Amino acid sequence: MVLDLTQLKPGEKGIVVEIQGGAGFIRRMQCMGIREGKRVSKISAQFLRGPQIIRIDNSQIAIGFGMAKRVLVEVFKD
Amino acid sequence: MRKILLIGNPNVGKSAVFSRLTGARVTIANYPGTTVEFTQGFLRLGDEKAAVVDVPGTYSLHPTSKAEEVAVEMLKSGNLVINVIDATNLERNLYLSLQLLERDIPVIVVLNIWDDAKHKGIDIDVKKLEQLLGVPVVPTCALTGEGIHELIVRLQEVKSISYPARSDMQRWQEVGRIVEQVQKIHHKHHSLLENLADLSIKPLTGLPIAAIVIYISFQIIRKVGEGLISYVFEPLFDNLWLPLMAKFSLFLGTHGFLHDILIGRLINGEIDFGQSFGLLTTGLFVPFAMVLPYIFSFYLVLGLLEDFGYLPRLAVLVDNIMHHLGLHGYAIIPMILGLGCNVPGALATRLLEGRREKFIAATLMAIAVPCMAQIAMIVGLVGERGGQFVAIIFIVLALLWFTLGMIFHHILRGESPALTLEIPPYRMPQILSTVKKLRMRTEAFLISAVPYVLLGILIINILYTLKIIDFLATVFSPVLSGFWGLPSEVISALLVGFLRKDVAIGMLGPLNLTTKQLVISSTILAIYFPCVATFIILVKELGVKDMLKSALVMLFVALFVGALLNLILPAYL
Repeated sequence: MVLDLTQLKPGEKGIVVEIQGGAGFIRRMQCMGIREGKRVSKISAQFLRGPQIIRIDNSQIAIGFGMAKRVLVEVFKD
Repeated sequence: MRKILLIGNPNVGKSAVFSRLTGARVTIANYPGTTVEFTQGFLRLGDEKAAVVDVPGTYSLHPTSKAEEVAVEMLKSGNLVINVIDATNLERNLYLSLQLLERDIPVIVVLNIWDDAKHKGIDIDVKKLEQLLGVPVVPTCALTGEGIHELIVRLQEVKSISYPARSDMQRWQEVGRIVEQVQKIHHKHHSLLENLADLSIKPLTGLPIAAIVIYISFQIIRKVGEGLISYVFEPLFDNLWLPLMAKFSLFLGTHGFLHDILIGRLINGEIDFGQSFGLLTTGLFVPFAMVLPYIFSFYLVLGLLEDFGYLPRLAVLVDNIMHHLGLHGYAIIPMILGLGCNVPGALATRLLEGRREKFIAATLMAIAVPCMAQIAMIVGLVGERGGQFVAIIFIVLALLWFTLGMIFHHILRGESPALTLEIPPYRMPQILSTVKKLRMRTEAFLISAVPYVLLGILIINILYTLKIIDFLATVFSPVLSGFWGLPSEVISALLVGFLRKDVAIGMLGPLNLTTKQLVISSTILAIYFPCVATFIILVKELGVKDMLKSALVMLFVALFVGALLNLILPAYL
């Protein structure tokens, strides 16, 4: 099942399959560690379309709601 | 002289390495973007003296953002790069390392935060990494100083190597290939700190935690500040300094020009540290006995919060609110720093992306975020009349902060950019480095404040003697008394307020103001203009044009708010 990062529930995990946006946006995400093939887990989401918090490798990253919508992941269970 | 550049991702400990290498004093904290300015220091390498530059953090060398452009520009002038990387985030950090290696400059890699990597069950084969990269790799823990000696020794063997240039995609593939060969991760259970970290970022638990953190911080700042004043500084001044000054006053003949400048005017035949306004009385009492204790307690608490890593979490929690003000959550950092002193607050607006955001953040800070020196004086002076009056001032400023922000967001074209922020793990503050930072900031206050306070008092004494104050008082009396309901002598405080806000508030003391007048004039002093030190930084950061606009907003808001308070506050206050 493919969801975007805002749809992923806290505690769920997924593998990044697509980042939708221009080269600049993709690069910005890549530099924060978000790129295709990476495993992410959702930690939490702030109220009212606030920032989404995810974990990739050893870092926690907060990204705005609009940006999180453009990162698609394939959900998996372990 | 050779120039060594410290380059790496944000919050990997570049400043900590820098401070270990050069002994220079820089602020180190656990959040990305602590360093917004280049800092240069010196390192002795055998007979040679080399310059070391602490470059603000960058994720890559693509010239897509300001920080990256600046880093690329710096690279041209450097002779050697110390690439600091976070051992707990090898993969993401190595991308920048490869970009650096592709350039024609010698590189040495520092694997910092090595101790944390071990605790987290991350094994990195340093020898293998050296082989794959072709440059020396030194594990360090800069906060404790481990590995720094080896780094200095191995700086000698750094040579330029040829490294194939790659495309973005190929670079990430190479990073993946390297990480696979050198890193092994043993699964470890969540530590207590990691659990606490998760709790403080989930809204249901995070918001109450934020409320508790802010409440406790406030209480500590208040109690430590008050304690230092009543148990240390006031007794010192009253029991040791006062008798000395009383003798000196007699020696000078209890009046006259020199007496008025050094000791000030006697109140009922005695020296009053709050009201005499001589260089040796009020001029020392204000910075040492009224302000310093709060500066100390504020920076004590701020330093602990910074080093623990709490601030980025607060930024995420307030992101929603900040978007209504045309900003994003990270703009809370310049506001918090501004509470200590507006100068670092103004510098920290560099953390924000666009011109619009910088303008909003800087203007809101200059208007509605009083610095600790000003707060301490308001608490000291207005607090004597009752805590509720201090509260009125801060509630007015808080409301202003929100309303003005919302107005700016509404009328200025553009939108608030989204937050992308790496949230560092919680780290136990290292007592030594926290104490060092506290000492640094307290000393910085004394060095910058005391001369200005004395200068302010000197100037005002001279202006009084030359009757210039009387002249200005007459000129500005329509605004002062007409709009704000203040006696025209308040002009002297507004004048000194350009220089230092703490003395300016202090000057309201001898004017025999009613409580209503005291509240209004303290509020106006906070709003109408930043102190000159902040002003200079803001001109640099915003440019002349935007700063002019910002200053006009300040003056207009001061006029308006002063008049409004004069209208709505009851006269019997």
